[in-house]
Amino acid sequence: MTFEIKPYPELWQSLDMDVERFDKARLMLGEAYEKTYLSQQNRPGAMAYFDNMIAEIHGGRIKELMAAKAEGRPVIGTFCVYIPEEIVLAAGGICVGLCGGSQGSVPDAEKTLPRNICPMVKSAFGFKAGRICPYFQAVDFVYGETTCDAKKKTWEILDKMVPTYVMEIPQCKNPRDIALWNEEVKAFKAKVEEVAGKTISESDLAWAIKTMNNKRRALQRLNSLRHHKPCPISGKDGLLIEQIAFYDEPIRFTEKVNELCDELEGRIKVGEAVPTKNATRVMIAGTPMALPNWKIHNLVEGAGAVIVNEESCIGTRYFKDLIDESVSTMNEMLAALTDRYKEIDCSCFTPNNERLNQVVKEFRDSQAHGVINYSLQFCHTYNIEEIRIREACEKEGIPYMFIESDYSPEDIGQLQTRIEAFLEQIRD
Amino acid sequence: MYIGVDLGSRTVKMAVWDGKRLVDYKIVESGFEPHRQAEKMIAGLKATTVVATGYGRHLASEYFADHVITEIKAHGLGVYHQFPGCTTIVDVGGQDSKVIALNARGKVSNFQMNDKCAAGTGRFLEIMAGSLAYSLDEFGQAALLADQEVQINSMCTVFAESEVISMKNRGAPRDHIARAVHSSVVDRLSGMLARLGYGEEIAFSGGVARNPCIVHMLQKKLPEARLVVPELPDIIGALGAALHGAEI
Repeated sequence: MTFEIKPYPELWQSLDMDVERFDKARLMLGEAYEKTYLSQQNRPGAMAYFDNMIAEIHGGRIKELMAAKAEGRPVIGTFCVYIPEEIVLAAGGICVGLCGGSQGSVPDAEKTLPRNICPMVKSAFGFKAGRICPYFQAVDFVYGETTCDAKKKTWEILDKMVPTYVMEIPQCKNPRDIALWNEEVKAFKAKVEEVAGKTISESDLAWAIKTMNNKRRALQRLNSLRHHKPCPISGKDGLLIEQIAFYDEPIRFTEKVNELCDELEGRIKVGEAVPTKNATRVMIAGTPMALPNWKIHNLVEGAGAVIVNEESCIGTRYFKDLIDESVSTMNEMLAALTDRYKEIDCSCFTPNNERLNQVVKEFRDSQAHGVINYSLQFCHTYNIEEIRIREACEKEGIPYMFIESDYSPEDIGQLQTRIEAFLEQIRD
Repeated sequence: MYIGVDLGSRTVKMAVWDGKRLVDYKIVESGFEPHRQAEKMIAGLKATTVVATGYGRHLASEYFADHVITEIKAHGLGVYHQFPGCTTIVDVGGQDSKVIALNARGKVSNFQMNDKCAAGTGRFLEIMAGSLAYSLDEFGQAALLADQEVQINSMCTVFAESEVISMKNRGAPRDHIARAVHSSVVDRLSGMLARLGYGEEIAFSGGVARNPCIVHMLQKKLPEARLVVPELPDIIGALGAALHGAEI
């Protein structure tokens, strides 16, 4: 059986996509998935659901979005874990993380944007410019934020192709910054209510907070099972689930992650390991790896090691903090929500000392042997914060390596050498 | 007999270790199929173990090698054997440059390596020599003997080449430009050394260690350290691989 990303040419046509080109991209993604994922030995059976989520990434899930839209429910595209999904959910809408992890769309972006900016921003912009992402075509609007210069200036250009709103995320966490943030959350709520044609009630928001907290709890549970020694699931599969978390329906996703966790608990009882009992354990820290960016995981696990944790936006930064569920008035809930979102320790903040401790904590929790800090090329804040992460790791005696890379395959040879040498360094 | 083969981007190196000393070595151009070159080099030799390193190491293991180690580990082993007590290595090969820190037991404790670009590598020097119509040997000599240098701002091979061409066309003396090219490589290497930190003794391995100007300028740049160059800097990786074969 060969794996295939299912084609939906009529649906794509109705979304005004470049169908011919997209169909080629579909075949390439299917091939990459088969090679990267289905070739793995001893995968948990419950991964079948997530395999299907990839097979249906450009069809089944899009149909769900279109059905929601037909009912008047808004579909909102985002690019950052700082946009509060709870509010979209409470208004009956759907929040999706947009495409931005592929080299294929970068040339489309470089027709307009400068070359020397973040590959994720370029890739995302290119997906819209080339009409090769059904999510981008399906959304009512995009809600961006101000977490980096490349993004905030790109929103101005992107707005010409798809309505793009911007939430101001402050750069410090002083009380006056948090007050501003709280105002921004309220403005976001007003915008979502306007599009949904519906006022969010207290019980709507309480339900949405609970739903999202349950999703985060399921991801936390999966993460702590990955920390088990020996590891019951590959890092590639762990990352895949964290990536799918950004476009799947949250209640169903939570259920499926929990089913997988039940299976992993069974594996742990009998000592089943992926790939082997004594595999070198690596933790990733740094910038997000958006679908289908599996570059580092492929190299690390290809060299016989296992990745046990991602300290990243597509990783623990997305799910490590919960919202206080004990408050019930609208203002209290919005304050609790802002409070939780301010715990996210993105390098766009200064100072960001919490992250140094978080990296060391996750290293300990995950029983890793070493840290690979990964930064997307031209991501200034993560690139510079690398210095402090390195110092924190050196102080703790944690084997550490820094990688700066983009989505292109041209540095694979050097990266493979560096990663293998890092693993030798840990094992020797 | 333990054989180490280093399949590099420009040359394939082989070292034969009999358990006590280096008994043979060879260096040939990589060609299109470096693993075939390597196979020819070891043909007829009776080896207990063949260990491959370098860019072609995995290909070599598909064909003939018993074990594979990275060139970083291989240079660590090779230098530790030649200069016990030395804890810092600069290795500049055809395609990349590395700075490696060793602990007291000779194990790699940290390293830095250039990523995508050819800046500060043997390839960079080769392209610049070509642009100035020098052979590689003349290039280092001429730069060493030049009494002045112009300023080159770019480390990028493509941009630096444009800069060199515009200097040529402004009439700057060839040896001054040659010296500037060497200077830019040395700046990059000393920058990598500063970031990683270095000990009292720094071993310089890889083919570029045969360039007298780079050695001279790097030593001048690091007055507090002693730069040591092995007799056969090209084969340090291959020697390290052979030594690894004897260890396991």
